[in-house]
Amino acid sequence: MTATDTPPQHPRIAWQTGRVRTIVAETSRVKSIILQPASWSGHWPGQHVDIRLTADDGYQAERSYSIASPPEEKLLTLTVERIEDGEVSPYLLDELRLGDALEFRGPIGGHFIWSQTRGGPICLVAGGTGITPLMAMLRHRKRSLAHIPASLIYSARSLADVIYRDELDTMARGDCDLRLVYALTREHPSNWNGHPGRVTETLLVENSFTPAQNPTFFVCGPTGFVESISSMLVKLGFDPFTIKTERFGPSGG
Amino acid sequence: MDRPPVSRGFKSKRQASETARLPPGQYLTTDFPVLSAGPTPEIRVANWKIALQLGGSLLGTWTWDEFEALPQTTITVDIHCVTKWTKLNTVWQGVSFDDLLKGVGLSEPPGAYIMAHCDGGYTTNLPVADLVAEKAMIATRYEGLPLAPAHGGPARLLVPHLYFWKSAKWLRRLRFMAKDEPGFWESRGYHNYGDPRREQRYDGD
Ligand SMILES: Cc1cc2nc3c(=O)[nH]c(=O)nc-3n(C[C@H](O)[C@H](O)[C@H](O)COP(=O)(O)OP(=O)(O)OC[C@H]3O[C@@H](n4cnc5c(N)ncnc54)[C@H](O)[C@@H]3O)c2cc1C
Repeated sequence: MTATDTPPQHPRIAWQTGRVRTIVAETSRVKSIILQPASWSGHWPGQHVDIRLTADDGYQAERSYSIASPPEEKLLTLTVERIEDGEVSPYLLDELRLGDALEFRGPIGGHFIWSQTRGGPICLVAGGTGITPLMAMLRHRKRSLAHIPASLIYSARSLADVIYRDELDTMARGDCDLRLVYALTREHPSNWNGHPGRVTETLLVENSFTPAQNPTFFVCGPTGFVESISSMLVKLGFDPFTIKTERFGPSGG
Repeated sequence: MDRPPVSRGFKSKRQASETARLPPGQYLTTDFPVLSAGPTPEIRVANWKIALQLGGSLLGTWTWDEFEALPQTTITVDIHCVTKWTKLNTVWQGVSFDDLLKGVGLSEPPGAYIMAHCDGGYTTNLPVADLVAEKAMIATRYEGLPLAPAHGGPARLLVPHLYFWKSAKWLRRLRFMAKDEPGFWESRGYHNYGDPRREQRYDGD
């Protein structure tokens, strides 16, 4: 083998420890963990980090968590939902304390990403914690001066399960280029003008631009949710190449 | 980093017997998670065709019926996704890569690398050495049933000893190449080879 046959060497995305700076209870099942990385080269909205926990007997567990903060911020926000019988998420919610060192590496992911230079319109469709990478996009979009048309369709069980609700409502109130629709699957509050029930084709048609406007879709959430939304979008005539998906959970269950 | 810091209060919830067979960093799932970069294409087998290519020239194509008539192989294997789940003892049926080569009258693969091309524009690259000698197949059945669209149906590549993104879903074309080229995830920060035993998740691992 000659020197030219050697594949290019890339530095490994190194593990580092971040300090837990803030913990925010977002809903009864979800907390945001705000980390101070030792060093950070920046990220694209939509990327994730891998977290690694190490037990005292050396056992390790790794899981991925999307970055919810925009690249403009120096601290990294991860937003974690409790999976009842889970190994890592209950630890992050119940055991992790301010000042703890948490091992992670990133940023990771080069497809489910958006930045203002890519322009719009963009249509974000979130199911549950699938909002996290989309929130990084919205937070980044808010900091850009380009008025990029965007819509967010956010499916949650109830209003109390909507993560970042105050921030989203404030964001939408002050921005006529942003449309925000909640779809609540288990609660239909009276005098509330969101959508009761699951996301439907009609709801998508009414809130997602037209195929002629050529929006880019970012669909994120549990597998079943992402499957159903993305096939509805294809059926509605949107180009499959403009539909980017990220699936968080197991299938079915 | 030398020794990773201990996460105070963290204990494994897994049985040692459960984790013994797992590659490093993987956890066991009994579910079958779905991961892909875009929507699931709905492919009717009546319109389906698969091609074997050398560079730009065609070595052979098969319609669904022709493909189904090729010798069938069944294997039971563990599969490992780069997103860290591992599923044990999965049963697949399909046509081995070796039988596909024989089907076009080749005793030797005509190139050292392969690019798999799929519906939806996905691609992934593999050394041919990782496909021959019963190491890989084009799978059309999972646990005895036709492969569901979400899992790559009607036909997907199955290369169980590499991370599962190499087992491209909705396979349409296998193209021999003289030189290696990165595929979809490989050009987006994922490892070029993807060996789970060596935890080759990302570029540089
Ligand atoms: C790219 C990517 C980004 C992600 N971003 C986030 C994020 O921003 N916030 C977040 O909370 N999670 C996110 N996840 C999911 C996360 O990585 C873990 O899977 C999740 O926290 C569960 O881990 P656990 O160790 O608690 O549960 P495990 O011990 O892994 O699982 C316990 C049980 O729960 C099931 N399960 C696993 N994951 C889920 C899930 N997501 N929903 C429902 N059931 C599940 C398993 O099948 C198993 O039966 C992301 C996943 C990926 C691949």
